[in-house]
Amino acid sequence: MKALEIKKLKKTFKSNFLFKKYEILKGIDINVEEGEIYGFLGPNGAGKTTTIKCVLGIIFPDAGEISIFGKSYNTGEARKKVGFLPEHPYFYDYLTARELLTFTGNLFSLPKKQVSNRADELIKLVGLEKKRELKLKKYSKGMIQRVGLAQSLINDPDLVILDEPFSGLDPIGRKELRDIIISLKEAGKTLFFSSHILQDMEMIVDKVGIILDGSIRKEGRLSDLISHSVRYYETVFTGVAEAALRENNLETNRLDNNYIIKSESEKDANDIIRFVNGHKGQIVSVTPVKMTLEDIFLKEIVG
Amino acid sequence: MKIKAIALNTFKEAVRNKVYYLLIVVGILFALSSQIMSLLTLGDKVKVLKDIGLASINFFCVLIAIFTGINLVFKEIDKKTIYNIVSKPISRSNFILGKFFGLAVTLLVALLSMALIFFVFLLLSTGEFDAKVLLYFILLYFELLIISAISILFSSFSTPILSSIFTISLYLIGHLSWTFNEFKYNLTETFEKVVVYSLYYIIPNLEKLNIKNDIVLKIPIESDVFIGSIIYAVCYIAAVLILAALIFNKKEFK
Ligand SMILES: Nc1ncnc2c1ncn2[C@@H]1O[C@H](COP(=O)(O)OP(=O)(O)OP(=O)(O)O)[C@@H](O)[C@H]1O
Ligand SMILES: [Mg+2]
Repeated sequence: MKALEIKKLKKTFKSNFLFKKYEILKGIDINVEEGEIYGFLGPNGAGKTTTIKCVLGIIFPDAGEISIFGKSYNTGEARKKVGFLPEHPYFYDYLTARELLTFTGNLFSLPKKQVSNRADELIKLVGLEKKRELKLKKYSKGMIQRVGLAQSLINDPDLVILDEPFSGLDPIGRKELRDIIISLKEAGKTLFFSSHILQDMEMIVDKVGIILDGSIRKEGRLSDLISHSVRYYETVFTGVAEAALRENNLETNRLDNNYIIKSESEKDANDIIRFVNGHKGQIVSVTPVKMTLEDIFLKEIVG
Repeated sequence: MKIKAIALNTFKEAVRNKVYYLLIVVGILFALSSQIMSLLTLGDKVKVLKDIGLASINFFCVLIAIFTGINLVFKEIDKKTIYNIVSKPISRSNFILGKFFGLAVTLLVALLSMALIFFVFLLLSTGEFDAKVLLYFILLYFELLIISAISILFSSFSTPILSSIFTISLYLIGHLSWTFNEFKYNLTETFEKVVVYSLYYIIPNLEKLNIKNDIVLKIPIESDVFIGSIIYAVCYIAAVLILAALIFNKKEFK
């Protein structure tokens, strides 16, 4: 069964002028299989947050269908299975982290004891044990993001939807979040998150959906989208006279005392190595550069 | 359970705000200042004591009701904490109910603390225990609940400034709405009648819940009138909350 299925989702925002309408989502299809990590990728203003808000009933779609584990998204039954972290989250700043988690747990009508145990576990998971009795007013941005993640997991959700979860986190926080996401997957959960940080996505996602200007441009397994073939070789070397380079019509980039040459094929790269050795230079490195998510992303945007 | 969670959180928010205590304390000080006023009057000192004391408590409770009420729902929308509510398995009507009950508890605590101190003060300075003052406070509480429901209604679709203008206007007109009832006997045109009748039923008849004059002037309070007033208040509150829930159900949080 699909954890999340969106069919032909459309959403239009009306502007203040009565007649002007902006079509923000132009019939989006998204398929998230149970147990996978799905990366929802798109430039600013593409419609990621709008899509997520529709899924959670914060705004209402104009057309289309959304189902969560086969149930219509707007039912209590579907909602019970979902955890959600909004973009730029803000929580009641007069509460402590623990109180917020208890409050959120109560919205799911979970047993008191269960909420209490789970709140303690989650505070530990997101590394806020020392700050648990501090009011959220006194939390930093990254700490709020962590509390946000904790509250999204209070009901032990089967589907976790995170809107830009990496924003506001330092490198350690990002690493921790990646680990948490992976451990959730290992526990059989489904994750759906949007992000700009392609590297964070590339390391963990199973599937990506690329949204551009309100339409899904590509959706597929990461391994299918990114060809594992090498795009080019990058050879870095030093100690070759500039005149020799010019003589051979070699186009180089300079970085300090090093020269960098990109070559299309393995054969070309080997020729460069031979050339450098022939001119008494030293090879610093040869790197095969593979296609990245960023390349796909940029290709989609640039056209 | 879910309604209780919302209500408790609403109450927490109110009592963790210093303005709440400030209004209670100033309310009490004003009520106690009636002692000074009574010393300056020549007439019935007890009458002045009750008149000014009850009016002060009334005024400060209404302030708390309006200014907590108009912010309640608006702040959740403005700060986007509402995202974390509507995305949970709780209906939007239950959210509105939870907010209302939270405010009801907040007001009950404020009113009880002011009333308690005023009772003790009345007992000490006059030596008499006037149980009728209790009836006044009960009806006042229902008036506060009407104001709360109205301010929640307005705050679910407009800004705090507009909501406070609407709520305060309705509160003021509400104390005059009985005049519509008198007025309607002088009307002959059907259209005028319809307008005046509808206004009479739409605007809360808050004067129904105000028995200060009866208490100060020692007019007996009839039990069926008293109970009738409470039933009126409950029906009015239910109608306003249903309207608020209907509006809120259709609302998108952009
Ligand atoms: N309330 C609104 N009224 C009108 N237009 C809106 C509203 N909210 C969003 N939009 C528009 O919808 C488009 C998509 O916005 P959305 O927030 O979904 O983008 P996003 O993909 O989440 O971007 P980001 O990466 O910056 O978070 C934008 O062009 C935005 O201007
Ligand atoms: Mg966004």
